[in-house]
Amino acid sequence: MNIIVLVKQVPNNTEVKLDPKTGNLIREGVDTIVNPDDLQALETAFTLKETHGATITVLSMGPVQAIDALSEAIGMGADKAILLSDRAFAGADTWATSFTLGKAIQRVEKFDLILTGRQAIDGDTAQVGPQIAEYLDLPQVTYVFDIEKLDTGYVQVKRRLEDGYERIQCSLPAVLTIIGGRSKPRYPEISKLLSACTKRAPIEVWNAADIGVTTAEVGMNGSLTQVIKTFAPKFERQSEFLEGSAASVARDLVERFKRNKLI
Amino acid sequence: MAVWVEVDLCDGCRRCTRECPYDAIEVRDGKARIGDRCTSCGACVDKCHHEAIRSDIQPRVVPDFSEYKGVWVFAEQRAGKLSRVSVELLGKAQELAKQLNEKVSAVLIGYHVTDLANTLIEFGAETVHLVEGPIFKDYRTESYTHVFQELVSAYKPNILIMGATHIGRDLAPRVSRRVGSGLTADCTDLSIDPDEGILLQTRPAFGGNIMATIANRFSRPQMATVRPGVMEVVPAPSTKGTVIPHGSTLTEDKVRTQILEFVKEETPHVDLSKAKIIVAGGRGVNDTAGFELLRELAVALEGELAGTRVAFEAGWIPASSQVGQTGITVRPELYIACGVSGAIQHRAGMSDSRFVAAINKDPYAPIFKVADWGIVGDLFDVVPELTRQLRTACEVMCD
Repeated sequence: MNIIVLVKQVPNNTEVKLDPKTGNLIREGVDTIVNPDDLQALETAFTLKETHGATITVLSMGPVQAIDALSEAIGMGADKAILLSDRAFAGADTWATSFTLGKAIQRVEKFDLILTGRQAIDGDTAQVGPQIAEYLDLPQVTYVFDIEKLDTGYVQVKRRLEDGYERIQCSLPAVLTIIGGRSKPRYPEISKLLSACTKRAPIEVWNAADIGVTTAEVGMNGSLTQVIKTFAPKFERQSEFLEGSAASVARDLVERFKRNKLI
Repeated sequence: MAVWVEVDLCDGCRRCTRECPYDAIEVRDGKARIGDRCTSCGACVDKCHHEAIRSDIQPRVVPDFSEYKGVWVFAEQRAGKLSRVSVELLGKAQELAKQLNEKVSAVLIGYHVTDLANTLIEFGAETVHLVEGPIFKDYRTESYTHVFQELVSAYKPNILIMGATHIGRDLAPRVSRRVGSGLTADCTDLSIDPDEGILLQTRPAFGGNIMATIANRFSRPQMATVRPGVMEVVPAPSTKGTVIPHGSTLTEDKVRTQILEFVKEETPHVDLSKAKIIVAGGRGVNDTAGFELLRELAVALEGELAGTRVAFEAGWIPASSQVGQTGITVRPELYIACGVSGAIQHRAGMSDSRFVAAINKDPYAPIFKVADWGIVGDLFDVVPELTRQLRTACEVMCD
């Protein structure tokens, strides 16, 4: 069985802070991580590798630094990795991203399953997985939190809904987008991680020519949506700071609750 | 689209081979030859001193979409029950359609769901495209996508919006790729650009620290998903709507998934969107024991307990209690944020609360920017004290 896992390198969101004076994003010292949902997808793939036997190829699109995310995936147990990196890919919306990844997947040899995270924490769109499934004409199941059964030609999964879950049978090959389940993503093994950082690491870097696309089809040029304006979110309230001991601030707060008839 | 060499003009100088980022040009027999690896990027064109390299790359133009008309809403239903967000979207659709002087339509897909068409009309749908059949009983990605493909190619809508629910976020990207449209996820605002007449889609971006307005100039329909709880329901009692049944050509063998069963999870379900008082916790609450303190405060206020995404992911609160961009949007009378830094994704779900109190150790925590009352301090001191005083206050008032 061959599994492709799609991952994205993202800024470590919890460390992103705003400058209290200017309201700008403080970018210095923000480190990057493998997107959390994608780690769950990797963990799912490794579990399947252990139970069913599988070759795992990890695929990512991003700047050259994103190779770190692929090294991490290899450290965790992936067999090989491909980074799609090209200046022409920059500024892609989900339309262009799914096209680029889809083109690359068509160049990877036969596969049975494509796994990826439900969404990335920097964009939060959850669109790329389904758009790749459509591009490759594969069935999809999103919000998957458990793979119950993997058999010849089909997979049986649980899909999270707002008020419960569905048990779905889906023919293979298929695209599944994964959300956090019961198991925590494993840590990379030091020895594997070290070998993933050497020149002989099984990581390839592909550009636009390698996947056979024109630059007009990818990146910002190939996108259907454009950001036309960005602005800081509105801050509408002037916080009144209450100071003093716990007892005194609590008293002040209760007094304000009463004054505004909240209690 | 292509790049080619006018062989007569080429002197084999190799400027182009050095410039090509893709190693796509080689010089053979004294002439440059462009190979399969060419991506038509055009980097070589200006480098040639003899204008021997030609390209037919055109600047991008916006196509004419004047035949695309109408604002469409996906009327999401499960087991015959209409989702609230669909009705909310009809409210927004009325406003957009009025500005464009176009009509509002709803797409209703299911089995035995005819009755819901009337509800859709009462809330603003002038046309309901009704697609019924046993094959559509449960939502399935491929069957519903097929229907949208049929309807979009037949009617050419200008705008198509869906709720950013687990179904909407599964369906919208699939439909967008099928019909060849761009899509913007999880919008918190939609409006029409007065000059261009295009849909402006606003959503949090870049880790949520920036709001971005996105346009979809190059494709139709202009597609967006919208967060539940953001748009207002606008009853339209005078709407005279028509129902247009659509017979789909879809057959079961074209659908590659089967729903084996739906398991409803009976979590003690609190409808946070209706709560008057909410006590919410984030990373700073540390653990389940910390949340117990918050629960006591919530009980003393007769309010409900909620939390951030971190709190949900750590297992301190159930998914149904997660407030924010990927959770739910709330508008209580009073929102007390404890140990919540106030990432924009969280603020997006609570900033419309009437009053907000925030307790946090970090004086620069963004939560204070949306708070009416701020306490810079340790929640493990302040929260129990607050609970104690509220209990006393209640006793005094109860006397």
